[in-house]
Amino acid sequence: MKQVGRALSHESARGHVTGHAKYVDDLWPLVTGVVHLWPVNVPHAHARVLGIDTARALAAPGVLTVLTAADVPGENDIGPARRDEPLFPSEINFHSQAVAWVVAESEKEARAAAKLCEVQVEVLPAICSIREAIAAGSFLTEPERMARGDVPRALGRGPGRLSGEIFVGGQEHFYLETQAALASIDEAGALFVQSSTQHPSETQDVIGRVLGLPRHSVNVQCLRMGGAFGGKEVQANAWAALAALAAYRLLRPARLRLSREQDMLLTGKRHPFLGRFDVAFEADGRITGLELELFSDGGHCLDLSAPVLSRAMFHADNCYSIENMSVTGRVCRTHTVSNTAFRGFGGPQGMFMIEDIIDRVARRLRLPADVVRRRNFYREGDVSHYGQPIRDAERIERIWVQLGKTSGFEQRQRDVAAFNATSLQKKRGLAMTPVKFGISFTTAFFNQAGALVLIYRDGSVQVNHGGTEMGQGLHTKLWQIAADALGVTLDAVRIMPTRTDKVPNTSATAASSGSDLNGAAVLSACSTLKRRLLPVAAALLGSPEDEIVFEDGRVFARGQPDRALGFAAVVDAAYLQRVPLFASGYYRTPDLHFDKASGKGKPFHYFAYGAAASEVEIDGFTGQYTLRRVDILEDVGESLSPLIDLGQVEGGFIQGVGWLTTEELVWSAAGALQTKGASTYKLPSLAECPPEFRVDFLQRAAEPGVVLGSKAVGEPPLMLALSVREALREAVAAFGEPGQIVELSSPSTPEAVYWAIEAVRRAGAEAREPRAAQ
Amino acid sequence: MTEFEINGQTVIVEDVDPHCTLLDWLRASGRTGAKEGCAEGECGACAVVFLSRDASGNPRAETVNSCLVSLADVAGRRVVSVEGVSGPLELHPIQQALVSSGGSQCGYCTPGFVMSLFSEYYRPGRAVCSRESVSGNLCRCTGYRPILSAAESLGAPAAGDPWLERLQGAPERLPSVELAERPAVCSRREAQFARPGSLGELLEILALHPDAVLVAGGTDLMVDVNQRGARHPLWVSIAAVSELCKVEWRADEVVLGAGISLSELERELEEPRRAAELAGLLELLPLFSSRLIRNRATIGGNLATASPIGDLAPVLLALGADLTLASDRGRRRVPLSSFFLDYRKTALAPSEIIASVHLQLPLPRIQRFYKLSKRPLDDISTVAAAFALDLTDDGRVERLRVAYGGIAATPLCANAVELAAVGQPWDDTTLAALLPVLDALGTPLSDHRGSASYRRSMMRRLLERFCAETFAAPPLARAHAAGAGDAP
Repeated sequence: MKQVGRALSHESARGHVTGHAKYVDDLWPLVTGVVHLWPVNVPHAHARVLGIDTARALAAPGVLTVLTAADVPGENDIGPARRDEPLFPSEINFHSQAVAWVVAESEKEARAAAKLCEVQVEVLPAICSIREAIAAGSFLTEPERMARGDVPRALGRGPGRLSGEIFVGGQEHFYLETQAALASIDEAGALFVQSSTQHPSETQDVIGRVLGLPRHSVNVQCLRMGGAFGGKEVQANAWAALAALAAYRLLRPARLRLSREQDMLLTGKRHPFLGRFDVAFEADGRITGLELELFSDGGHCLDLSAPVLSRAMFHADNCYSIENMSVTGRVCRTHTVSNTAFRGFGGPQGMFMIEDIIDRVARRLRLPADVVRRRNFYREGDVSHYGQPIRDAERIERIWVQLGKTSGFEQRQRDVAAFNATSLQKKRGLAMTPVKFGISFTTAFFNQAGALVLIYRDGSVQVNHGGTEMGQGLHTKLWQIAADALGVTLDAVRIMPTRTDKVPNTSATAASSGSDLNGAAVLSACSTLKRRLLPVAAALLGSPEDEIVFEDGRVFARGQPDRALGFAAVVDAAYLQRVPLFASGYYRTPDLHFDKASGKGKPFHYFAYGAAASEVEIDGFTGQYTLRRVDILEDVGESLSPLIDLGQVEGGFIQGVGWLTTEELVWSAAGALQTKGASTYKLPSLAECPPEFRVDFLQRAAEPGVVLGSKAVGEPPLMLALSVREALREAVAAFGEPGQIVELSSPSTPEAVYWAIEAVRRAGAEAREPRAAQ
Repeated sequence: MTEFEINGQTVIVEDVDPHCTLLDWLRASGRTGAKEGCAEGECGACAVVFLSRDASGNPRAETVNSCLVSLADVAGRRVVSVEGVSGPLELHPIQQALVSSGGSQCGYCTPGFVMSLFSEYYRPGRAVCSRESVSGNLCRCTGYRPILSAAESLGAPAAGDPWLERLQGAPERLPSVELAERPAVCSRREAQFARPGSLGELLEILALHPDAVLVAGGTDLMVDVNQRGARHPLWVSIAAVSELCKVEWRADEVVLGAGISLSELERELEEPRRAAELAGLLELLPLFSSRLIRNRATIGGNLATASPIGDLAPVLLALGADLTLASDRGRRRVPLSSFFLDYRKTALAPSEIIASVHLQLPLPRIQRFYKLSKRPLDDISTVAAAFALDLTDDGRVERLRVAYGGIAATPLCANAVELAAVGQPWDDTTLAALLPVLDALGTPLSDHRGSASYRRSMMRRLLERFCAETFAAPPLARAHAAGAGDAP
């Protein structure tokens, strides 16, 4: 039976439901002599460190040492792209930044002693927002630009023209498993570090850098993560390096797990963005010119902010062909946590801008927003603003039309209008938005992957690959791919924990590319092995090689399944004939290039498409709202694992809804995070799951050139949640008069919705009684 | 020495520090299925089940956040953690349903969902598994749909289900725990713990130790311990004081024991006549935090913490509740409206506790509770409002009580509104006259939950909403053009 395409449960599902699946911080109770780390936080957003007095902390019960910059044998920096991130800073650059780490016999003792460390500082002025950074000229990057056509001319010609500013807030990852690492040191002085990391090779690199060790002396393992969403792409490294440093200094196993509060204080989030736009359009809604200036809040250091900004710029067109378009972008430097990768990686912020603009254009023209969206779609043969042909552009229209039908969109638009006409204090809104998401790391060299597949004499198989499992089902998909590629049953295959001593120099499991890259590498290794087994089997069965079938753990000549050999028998025969039973596999995505200077190239291998239709109902007294129904049509190519893909679509969508609605990060004027726990930062609960939630996959959608015709699915569905925001704007608009533009802050908490309603009510009243308003 | 049962095995833990949570102990003992996701009872990843009994003595499997349970208070309890739900080979039907539906992705929250569904699966009289049973569990991966599908797919327990018998083994009552004379030699324990078995003993201990911290459900106290490092030298638990856990329906009043949990209160209101009498409470309870918290949080605890955003206070203020306060010096009855003195300050004297809450019958016929929060479930109020209204036969206001949470330093009883409304016709004109009265009530603060201007607007809007829902004739086009004071 073919395993690829079967709706399997997650490969670790039994472990999940029984509690037996282990995560990094489940390991230390089984180890003796473990020491624990706790940070010494400095309560200023910007300050110079003058001195740290650790005497009282060192005298406290259970305390072994207090780690400071002086303990670092190697390099005191963990910056992934630029060396601008000291592990032990001499200047505090965001509120609560850790300046030193207490190591003690228990977490309780370390935590108590951290309060006893006295840090002398000179407080410096802090920049805590994008606007302040722009005003102060505080940036982490030079301006970047992608453009085509003659934008000034198009803007001048109109006939319609709008301009304005759009702000979109950040988002906390809130992986249920906070950052964690457990490090131990062996008799050769080498480190073994278990880390909750999306990028074990980079974690290995950073540990080696900090300890001054070659990478062969640092082995990093990731069993699985309790969620990551980009938050452990580079920001897992610091904790692993600190645990490794403690183990190295004390020659004892060292554990570091951030509490939820520490995790929220110390780790970066989705980038907030400020957009300034100037748009020109025809009376039929066709956008003729767009000037868009983007500023992201990178926080205090560069991290991944440059590629996040690029991806926002790459996605500022979403599904719309805009003849004259210019996007510029710059990363602001602020005294806040360093913002980082988060599912969508800038794509959501770019799309947020264009969807917001389209709704403004539609309202100004008194046209339905879905009509304006469709009028601007890319068509077959179109090219993006950065010069890449839009492969499979016809799918945008196909998805739109099909979802329109299956969701009953037009009839429901009429129903909503009828409801709103008779309801004073409750209004409904229905909106459909599309997504086009580019697949590939935009840094071309990351688009490579390796695998190591081992077959044992009993026919059982170990699959090692460079990807990490964070719940997205990568291991499940690779399990299916390997079983089919070798023609064995699932229980003959074991997916091994991800380790840097099995596959070296791996890329982060990120950019939705995990199964594309690692799947192709595993497939390649398995194909090599099968090629070696074929002649052995052919000789044993007395049939030509091209007649041999490997299936469900049996090997037979086509048409003669009754004369089958067991896979193990063929393997054992191969061993006796001295055929190597292990092989590596490798894959690199072909033909990717992008020139930053000209802003042109082909950064993506292909595009993932989808669309969602969402309906909301708002209470006009309070701004409270409910999500009534969601319909999604997603292009996942030929699904490798439908249950896994369904989970990615549903879960990604709801996570996007959280970003746009309930999840509000609030900072004090002094730059201190006010929402630093689950009681104050509100991710979606089950009440946000709509009572009607229908997800379909686009049929006849095999993607050539991608492993087994599949498509990436990790990130694209998150952006489908923009349909909820646009539905909220539809409903808000119903409280006012036609033609009014709806300004809705993001996240759209009930309070934000309430103020948007009040604004359209006020404007509506003025429109009705122009004289009274004077 | 603390003795309890975990997954059928009796364990004795020496020298327990009450600041240590059940979760810490479980994980340190290698039972790492329960996870710490937030350490403040919001995410449910640490959920375990207590085999316990309801007020009528019927056994129940009750899910609790183990991060909010002091290990000392586990003495004498029977605990089931995720490791104990099924045997080594067979999955429990709940686990199988979650596996089949795709209910786990990263799996970190999954053990908590299993435990919440476990309690729901064995809920006496259950027809289907309610969504609400997992309202205290957060999942960041799935978007909940497959988890809810799994819950909905669960049938009744099979006839031979071993848990049906095991549930009968819930302890009849919790044993008392004596206060140790002095810490054991070489103790690592920072604090003492006592769990008296009667109200008399409780009041006696408190009289001797006025600095003791009283532990009811612990859902507020333990957050302080976990998050802010609060330390208390002496803990006194009310969990074994059965006198505090009674509900009495008398002819002229309802008496709610201060120690009853909010889940127990919900069960009290399952009877339709009682539900109708206390409609405001019935509207509140599903919005009060989550099932996991309501299983532990008590009526008295929610009032005694005197949080301005505690949800019980506005409803009980609107219903005109009185409190009985008790100490070894005797009992006194005070109106709830004079109980809250200032931010987190109450009329409780040293060594005094809330013994019960009294509601005079008949209660106002029209009761409403509204809660505004960023998220409808498992959240803390930005603003909460409760209204209780009686009208005369000719449609005039006989009594109207209005109370708000989230507006001032204490829960706020808007007496001025009642004074202005009594005797007036219940209509738009009266509403227009009442709105300015609200403005004089207080100046709300801005914080991470909401701005002062939103809160001020909501005081008015919630009264308007109440009126819109209760005016005899539907209100005319009151598409209230925003007033000058409403700009953000």
